[in-house]
Amino acid sequence: MLNTITVSQLNNYVKSLIENDVRLTFINVSGEISNFKNHFSSGHWYFTLKDANATIRCVMFRSSASRVNFDVNDGMAVILKGKVSLYEKDGQYQFYAEEMHTLGQGDLALQFKQVKEKLEQEGLFDAKSKRPLVKFPKRIAVITSDTGAAVRDILNVTANRYPACEIIICPVLVQGEMAARDMINTLERVYSLEEIDAIIIGRGGGSAEDLHCFNDETLARKIYESPFPVISAVGHETDFTICDFVADVRASTPSHAAELAVPDCQEIKKHLNNITSLLNSRISFKYNSKLNILNSINSTVNVLNFERKIQNKQIDVDRLSDKIINQMKFSLQLFVNKTANITSRIDALSPLKIIARGFTTVKKCDEYITDISKIDVDDIITVKFIDGDIDCIVTEKNVN
Amino acid sequence: MLSKDFDFEKSIKELEIIANSLENEKISLDESISLFEKGVKLSRDCSEYLENAKQKIISLTEAQEESNKDV
Repeated sequence: MLNTITVSQLNNYVKSLIENDVRLTFINVSGEISNFKNHFSSGHWYFTLKDANATIRCVMFRSSASRVNFDVNDGMAVILKGKVSLYEKDGQYQFYAEEMHTLGQGDLALQFKQVKEKLEQEGLFDAKSKRPLVKFPKRIAVITSDTGAAVRDILNVTANRYPACEIIICPVLVQGEMAARDMINTLERVYSLEEIDAIIIGRGGGSAEDLHCFNDETLARKIYESPFPVISAVGHETDFTICDFVADVRASTPSHAAELAVPDCQEIKKHLNNITSLLNSRISFKYNSKLNILNSINSTVNVLNFERKIQNKQIDVDRLSDKIINQMKFSLQLFVNKTANITSRIDALSPLKIIARGFTTVKKCDEYITDISKIDVDDIITVKFIDGDIDCIVTEKNVN
Repeated sequence: MLSKDFDFEKSIKELEIIANSLENEKISLDESISLFEKGVKLSRDCSEYLENAKQKIISLTEAQEESNKDV
């Protein structure tokens, strides 16, 4: 009964024993998580680690817990790194975890899978929320390391393909724990700008750990909020990150992103030349076809019609004049015939003509006698012949 | 010299529309000629825009200053 000590002293002593044992100070313990509790106010994690036959209470303080990059659930097989100690208040010995890693698939792979599933369910990867890229961008923001190969590649491609586009370089950390936060802040600054046609966010190739910051959930949500189309260009062809899924367009490499972002100047020039020659050929076609119409109208109206009309009139005139001449000839002939007839008739009536036929005329006292009553016996009458006349004395008179 | 608010995309589109409307037979020759003149000017402007383009690179800070100035 001499060596009586308090509970506090006892627990304190046992605690010091445990803590001084180097075999319990830095150890890895594997097991399955159960009764996991994330304390709402302190942020400390409380859970039990168990295997088939035994359990141990575990605590992970917020400072350590915040470094775990995957969601922790009951039933998860993990390896904890930490030390064993005793919680004096209830005399429970427990494991103080400083690091937690998943067993089986890697932590990063697990986090990737978890974030991907979560955001996918929320619809952040939906095709309908993807925006098309501007065809001829004026301004593109490039969010990447200003010392890496990515920024050089992007600038080379854009300068060669389409120098008309202005490039805003936004230097950020592209690996390490600070990278995601840095990119989120930079995105916010870019969102406050105006007239940005596209954002390229990415980096060159690296290990899965290097690229891991592009799997950050908050960064993914920030990208989803973007008022401008976002092209994600992380690592190589085979690397996929959460950013790739949430961005409007995924490019396999930074150079590829630049190719997607800007058109090719040479092709546009070709296109421009094509349109211009089309313009020329169409206007000349139009002009020529109008000219043809005009020509045909001219020839129809002015030349053909007019000339033909004149020709037709000429024919009419010719016909008429022929008709007139013929008519004239006919009339003249008619007149000549008539005259001849009259003349012949006049001629026939001439007394000379009668005399010529052997008849004579008889005159008494210069008066033609046509009947015997005007003649008496002993009258002197003149008998006229064709070639002269004789005076005769009437000796006898016989009335018929 | 192109005006500062020259819009390349709009100009190319307009040029394409003009080239297409020139094919329309219903458009009068007068209209066609004025469309053609407009098209030739657009084509020249677009070429000039591409020929004279030099890549401009600015930093995010510069861009922010610039946009603050605008406001």
